[in-house]
Order: sequence, then C-alpha cells, then structure tokens
Amino acid sequence: MFNFLKRKEQVKEGLTKTRTSFLTKLTSLVAKNDVNEEFWSGLEETLIGADVGVETTMALVDKLRGRADKERVRQAAQVQEMLKEELLAILRIQNSDFGISNVTPQVILVVGVNGSGKTTSIGKLTKYLKAQDKKVTLAAGDTFRAAAIDQLKIWGQRVGVDVVAHQPGADPGAVAYDAWQAANARHADYLIVDTAGRLQTKINLMKELEKIGRVIKKCDATAPHETLLVLDAVTGQNGLQQAREFKKATPLTGLILTKLDGTAKGGIVFAIAKELQVPIQYIGTGEGIDDFAEFDAQDFVDGLFA
Amino acid sequence: MFDTLTDKLNAVFKKLSGKGKLSEADVDAALREVRLALLEADVNFKVVKDLLARVRVRAVGEEVMRSLSPAQTVIKIVNDELIATLGEPAKIDLSGEPPHVVMLIGLQGAGKTTAAAKLALQLRKHQQKPLLVAADTRRPAAIQQLQTLGKQIDIPVHSEPNTVPPPTICANAVKRASDGAYSVVLLDTAGRLHIDDDLMRELEEVKQKTHPQEVLLVVDAMTGQEAVRVADEFHKRVGLTGLILTKVDGDARGGAALSVRSVTGVPIKYLGTGEKTDALEPFFPDRLASRILGMGDVLTLIEKAQETINQEQAQKAAEKLLKAQFNFEDFLEQLQAIKKMGPLSQLLGMVPGLNQISKELPADVTDQQMKRIEAIINSMTRQERQFPEVLNGSRRKRIALGSGTSVQEVNQLMSQFKQMQRMMQQIKSGKTRGMFPGIPGLGI
Repeated sequence: MFNFLKRKEQVKEGLTKTRTSFLTKLTSLVAKNDVNEEFWSGLEETLIGADVGVETTMALVDKLRGRADKERVRQAAQVQEMLKEELLAILRIQNSDFGISNVTPQVILVVGVNGSGKTTSIGKLTKYLKAQDKKVTLAAGDTFRAAAIDQLKIWGQRVGVDVVAHQPGADPGAVAYDAWQAANARHADYLIVDTAGRLQTKINLMKELEKIGRVIKKCDATAPHETLLVLDAVTGQNGLQQAREFKKATPLTGLILTKLDGTAKGGIVFAIAKELQVPIQYIGTGEGIDDFAEFDAQDFVDGLFA
Repeated sequence: MFDTLTDKLNAVFKKLSGKGKLSEADVDAALREVRLALLEADVNFKVVKDLLARVRVRAVGEEVMRSLSPAQTVIKIVNDELIATLGEPAKIDLSGEPPHVVMLIGLQGAGKTTAAAKLALQLRKHQQKPLLVAADTRRPAAIQQLQTLGKQIDIPVHSEPNTVPPPTICANAVKRASDGAYSVVLLDTAGRLHIDDDLMRELEEVKQKTHPQEVLLVVDAMTGQEAVRVADEFHKRVGLTGLILTKVDGDARGGAALSVRSVTGVPIKYLGTGEKTDALEPFFPDRLASRILGMGDVLTLIEKAQETINQEQAQKAAEKLLKAQFNFEDFLEQLQAIKKMGPLSQLLGMVPGLNQISKELPADVTDQQMKRIEAIINSMTRQERQFPEVLNGSRRKRIALGSGTSVQEVNQLMSQFKQMQRMMQQIKSGKTRGMFPGIPGLGI
C-alpha cells in the first residue's frame, strides 16, 4: 500500500511539468474571467498546443460555446470546469475486461511504432504485476532490431522473470508460440509478448503482427487477452493514424502512454479515445522501473488543470 | 489531403466572383483553411501564426496569374513561404583537420542509434573512415545495439563498460580516432528529456571534451507541438549545428521539421527513411514543404523514376496510360522499373492521388504480391498481354496454373488493371492534372 502511494506521488510529480505548461496559458485566460472571443481563441490554442488536434478541439470548443450560451455562463472559470467535464467524458471508456477472464496465462501483446518505448514499458509492467504476486513470463518477439532481445533480457533479469527468446531474425510468431508453451508449463499468470517497432504504413510488418495474433490463438483461442499500443506522449496527430492502423491489424484493448515526464501533453489520446474507443490503461513517467502507473482519467485531467 | 485542401480553397473562392487581385477577405478566408491544414500536419501553432502573417502580407493584393486559379495562387505563396522557412539543405561539415567529431543528440526513441549507423555508412561511401562511439550507457543493451549495427555494416565501434561516464568514453574515442587515423567520430549519446538538467549537463560536458564540429539533433517526424520546446532547449544548452528528421517513411506529415527549423534556425541535414542502414536521404525543402501541405512527395518519386526508367520508355508509357491503351506488356515493364526504385509501399505514399487511391484498391499491393503479379503476366501469351480483353475463363485457368497462382488472383489482377486504366482516365480528364503540370518523365 505504501509503495502504491509512493508511486502515485511520483506519477503526480511527472504530471506536474505537464500541468504547469498547460496551466499558465489557461490561468491567464481564466484570470481575465471574460468569456469573449479572445478567451475562446485562447482556449482553442491551448488545446491545439497540447496536441489535442484541430478536429477534436473544434468539436470541444463548439460544444462549450453551445453550453455556455444555453446555461448563460459568463465566467471563464466556469467554462474551464465545463471543459474539464467534457475532457473527462471523452476519456471515460468502458474498461476492457483486463484480468476478468481467469484463463492463465493471460497473454498481453505489446505493439507500437519504433521508439515509442515498448520494451521499457514491458519491463515496468512486469515489475508492476510481479509486485502483485503474479508470475510473469516474457517473450522476446522483437527479433528484428539490433540487440532488442538483449534489452528485454536485461529487464527480465532486473525484475527476476523468465524471458523466452530465439535468435535474432527468428520468426516472432514462433517465439510467441514457444513462450506460451513455457509460460503454460510454468503456470505463469501472465505472458507478455514484446514485438518489433513498426510504422503503421509498413503493410508487411502489419501483416506479421496479424500473424503473431493468429499463432497465439493456436495456443489459446481466447488469447491475446490484452493488446496494448504503446504511444509516445510527444507524438502529434499521427498518433491517431497509428491507433487506427494498429487496431485494424490487431484489436486493441488499451494504450500505454509513455514519456509523460517530459513537457509533452499527449493530447492526441482524446482523439483516439473519441474515435476508436480505446482506453488508456497505463502511463509511463520516467526511465526508472517504478515510473509506471495505472491510468486514472480523473488524475490525468485534474493534472492538466490543478 | 492536398486534394481536400485544394477543394476547400476552391470552395472558398467559388463564392467570390471577383477575379484579378486577391482581396483581404479572400485571403483571410483561404488562410483559415491553410491554418487548419498546417495544424493537422503538427506545425506548432505559434509557428503557423507567424508563417501565415507573412503569407498574408504577400498575398493581399497579389495579382492572380492567368495560369493559376485563386486557390492555386494562395497555395503557391504558402508553399514558397514554407520552402523559405525550411531553408537550404546543408551538407555535413567535414572541413579542417580530421578527426571530425559529430555528436547525435535527442529525446528517447527518436532514432539516434540507427541514424548514427546510417550516417557512418554514408560517410564511408564518401571515402571517410568513421568510428562509431557507444555513449549511451543508460538504456539496457544500447551498447550492444550499436555494436550489432557496426558489425552489420563493418564499421568499428568504440565502447567501454557502462560504468564509465559518457564524457570520458567520448574523449577516449576521439583520442583513439586520432591515433588510429579515423577521419570521423560519431557519438551516439543516450536519449534524454530536454528538461532533465543533469543529463543536459552531461551533454555540455561531452561537447566540452570533444569539440564536435557537428551537433545534430535527431527529431522524430511524428513529433507534435512540443517539438518547438524540445529543440529550443537542446539548442540553448548544447548549441545545434543541424537536424536529422527520422521515420520519414511513415505517414506523418512532418510539420515538426518546420517548427524545429524555425526556432533553431539550423539546417536540416538528413532524412531517415527506413530501418535499413542505407535508408538515409538528403533533404530537399520543396519536397518536405509539399509533404507538410499534404501534396505528397511527387518530386522524389519523379527523381527516382528518372534514375531508373529510361526517359523515352517512360514518355511512351505515360502517353499510353493517358490514352488508356495501356496493356499488360507495359504494365510488366512498369513493374520491373518500379521494382528497381524501391519498396512499393514507399513509392505509393509519395504520389498524392495514389496515396488515397491505393488505400481504396485492395490495400495490400505489397512487394510479395508484385512477384505474383509478375508471374501471372509472364504466363500470358503475347496476344493476351497486348489485348487483355481476350482473356476468357479457360485462358485464365491456364495462366493461373502456369504461374502457380489461382484463378481468383488472375481475376483480381484483371480488375485491378481495369481500375488502373480508369484511374488514368480520371487523371487525364480530372482535376489532378493541374497539380503537376509538365513534370518531365511522366509526360503529363
């Protein structure tokens, strides 16, 4: 429990930087407390500056304008509260069934573009699950990038879990298959499958991802139980396209939003949540093994305005 | 996207009957659309504001050229301004006494290590003797990653245990380069956040100890609005000399390049366009501008085509295409030429119309599939290739058997082929024509 609280503090610290930059612009706007054109365009800029995207921003601002008119709101502070409500509403997506089905091992497939932080996130997620007394096995499915297997093995050592790996260049489907057999034999609660980074425009690589999914299904028809897309918070509008294409290749159950300890705000998740109904499940807030937490929509939005 | 931007601008201008000069109202209406397009492309909103202010000054009162529509006139001014902001391409500076030190820095996951290997390979092609330096002691297996890449391209990698501080490793590497007659030292530093004071200080120290001739910021093309702050901070602390934009082979529009360039003023030196170690290309401002505006990278495609396709052949094929006399023989010729140009997926993304059309077509025209298509065409008789309409059921069955494919695949190819002919008809008669008039090599 203590550990959990401590982690929560760290996460808040990580979000502070996000908060301050988002805050300053908005505060000055709100301080004037006039709901005029300047305020609206300022609000628009604030959202766009947070990578929320033109379309989502326009929709939000339009909606707020409508509400402000209808509810005769004249105070900027009140509009800000309304904005918070709207943002929260977008993020409130029915949680997926993570952990509900009691099949073991629960298979978690981790996907994303190059450099988004898949392997690091897996290390942290493993630690997180292990802290809950779960037994975890890792599959080194990134057989393409130089030394990716070594990288996952180091994380495995740090956390103290088994890593199933083949040679570089091996078929990632085969790695996943073997890893499932091993995880099953060892009665692991979770099997987490790392995959190579791939840009969503690479058709062959997206097909490969589909194949990994099919192979895992041969072991357990209900797997993968969870497919998490790892998204770098610094990503701009392309994040939506990433989520779209990855979702086509393999049904996504959630996002891991990484590198939130920087100044980037990760606003593209609103567009993703809105269009694709993919919830954020975890956030990464640093390079340390404990810089990781379950996503809390309230905290996230509060963090932007606190 | 360009189609939609042009369409939107056309719609804006349709309401205005007045020809001749662009009025303030015309320009403002048009610039609202341009603003949205640039924001969609991840150009920082402050940069957009400044840019559009400059465009506005130039556009108001501008005479609409006879050859261009008002929409095209505005786009041309925007495009010119984008090109000017993106600046001239610059080569890597290797003047003076070797060894020349090149430092690569950036956020985590930007692609520094891959870029370092690509750059080393490129420099060796230019008769340099590069030494790669594994200065990322933080990320697990980062050193191994560079070592593996070094082995792949046969370029030595200087590494030390990850307990040695990176500034010391870098200084040692420079010494080794002087002794060992290496001409270029490429420092692959750890990814770090621009607000991490300790790690930024470490970079300052590396710089102090190695006196790099080039400090290159590696920027992911997918970066959003924060690109401005990141670049600004790195520039202030370490002092940049140039940029490398990575993951350009994705479909991000790359507005971050414009943001970064306008806050730092340093030139863009290279683009990373794939995971292979030779996927490093020079930067051309006009092409990147088209991409940011959503026009697709027509020029790059044209140049690639020119390199590989014999000019006359291309002219002939293009004429045939437009007359819809295009047959399977020409198709095969084209396929073979395209294969020389690089992966098909990369090529399709470069053509504005095709970008969308290719998504509507059975999406997976992959290189693998190209081989099958080739096999199918190779199993046709000459007559069948020249007059595809003779392909009846039994001929198709024979072709499927001969090419090791199925009748379905042959049918699919037929329908794709027909679609292609139709598409070419559209290009011939349609709006896309005005977009790239007189491009050499395509004959349109």
